[in-house]
Amino acid sequence: MSDTLDVVLRLLAVFVAFLVLPLVVGQTEHKVMAHMQGRLGPMYAGGFHGWAQLVADGVKFAQKEDVVPAGADRRIFQMAPAVALLPYLLVLLAIPVGPGNAVGQTVDAGIFFVLAVMGVGVLGSLMAGWASANKFSLLGGIRTAGQLIAYELPMLLAAASVAMAAGTVSLPGIVDAFHWWWVPWQIVGAVVFFVAGLAELQRPPFDMPVADSEIIFGAYTEYTGLRFALFLLSEYAGIVVLCGLTTVLFLGGWHGPFGADGMGWLWTLLKTAVLAFVVIWLRVTYPRLREDQLQKLAWTVLIPLALAQIALTGVVKVVTQ
Amino acid sequence: MGLPGSGLAKGLAVTLRTMTRRAHTAQYPDVQPELPPRTRGVIGLFEENCTVCMLCARECPDWCIYIDSHKETVPPAAPGGRERSRNVLDRFAIDFSLCMYCGICIEVCPFDALFWSPEFEYAETDIQDLVHERDKLREWMWTVPEPPALDPAAEEPKEVAAARKTAEKLAAQAEQEKQEQQEQQEKEGDA
Repeated sequence: MSDTLDVVLRLLAVFVAFLVLPLVVGQTEHKVMAHMQGRLGPMYAGGFHGWAQLVADGVKFAQKEDVVPAGADRRIFQMAPAVALLPYLLVLLAIPVGPGNAVGQTVDAGIFFVLAVMGVGVLGSLMAGWASANKFSLLGGIRTAGQLIAYELPMLLAAASVAMAAGTVSLPGIVDAFHWWWVPWQIVGAVVFFVAGLAELQRPPFDMPVADSEIIFGAYTEYTGLRFALFLLSEYAGIVVLCGLTTVLFLGGWHGPFGADGMGWLWTLLKTAVLAFVVIWLRVTYPRLREDQLQKLAWTVLIPLALAQIALTGVVKVVTQ
Repeated sequence: MGLPGSGLAKGLAVTLRTMTRRAHTAQYPDVQPELPPRTRGVIGLFEENCTVCMLCARECPDWCIYIDSHKETVPPAAPGGRERSRNVLDRFAIDFSLCMYCGICIEVCPFDALFWSPEFEYAETDIQDLVHERDKLREWMWTVPEPPALDPAAEEPKEVAAARKTAEKLAAQAEQEKQEQQEQQEKEGDA
């Protein structure tokens, strides 16, 4: 009985986090982006500084008609948002937030599970792009595919470097093995991982697949109402997952600076929040990369850097043993 | 050029700095804007000053000012004098759907009967409702702000200068008369 209750509670906690954190990130994006552009952002919804803007948006999306284009591959078209969203929920299940047992479900091969499942999320965009029977959607889908292939590799390599350093592929194991000097040691890997993750989420400045000024909204062009909202939600859930993963892999998860470990899961949340702010900050600051620049960055910069990081990790590991 | 990536860092610094500054957004319906004193919001009519000279209506490039009037005869001020005729304003209306806010009517008015007011919230849902009659124009006079103070080093206003000159002249005259009187008294005393 208590086992069942434990599982239910864990699932509930992960589900609540999955519903709340992306909205918090979205609202922060509204406000931070506005102030970085000298604006105020939403001010009315909910009364106090527009705190309920995303709730209002959700209500609006729910009221809209759900249109499926006549030429679309109906089943695939309707499934795509779920395929885009659910992997992030699964990944969130495996991210440890605090010491001990503070994780939805301990997965021994955590890194493999997390990276593999995150890759599935991109398939949602691919399905949407192909099934929409729209040339802009198809262009967006193809660009998504190209981006996935280009950026999955540096992301895997960077994560492999941390796994080598920790000597384990379990996420809690990696955080347990963390020392403060890992940050300067793995900094290149961290940057590569974070940038590749951004590209995989198709966040600006890597939003060529949805470039709204060129191909309308890429794979999401034909989507309306709740399905479109699910795609947007999956983008923000992706930010939460990426920042959480970067925190766990490279920033020591629940370890505070200077041995201040007392706060436990709060450290994880705090670091994740700071990284989410950086995601928004990058979006506001940089213009969109062109398709060829995007590919060039992955193949000529990120992959060599990730390989160099692996070499460095290996050398240090061998020398210190 | 400098270090590679310094441009990227500069961009991040710009957005971060902007975030710490106050936003430029004007929260208009919640917060009224602070308009400068010479704002061209609407034209107010100070109809007590109007002599129906029609200069404003004739100068208006859009012909958006409508004036009706009639003449009245006024009995002579002094007995045996001539009867005078006087213009009485019947209608003064400005069609703000035509007005282009050039302000020429206000410039040409020789009797200071037209003024700019910063009031701007008079939108209507029907374009015909934008013809505003004299009572409305008179009401807007209450929103006309005081003219801004002159610069400390500015020339004296002509009216004040003329008044001061007259006052000085009168004072000098009175002084002179007093002196003459005194002299006369002294002479009488001597005699």
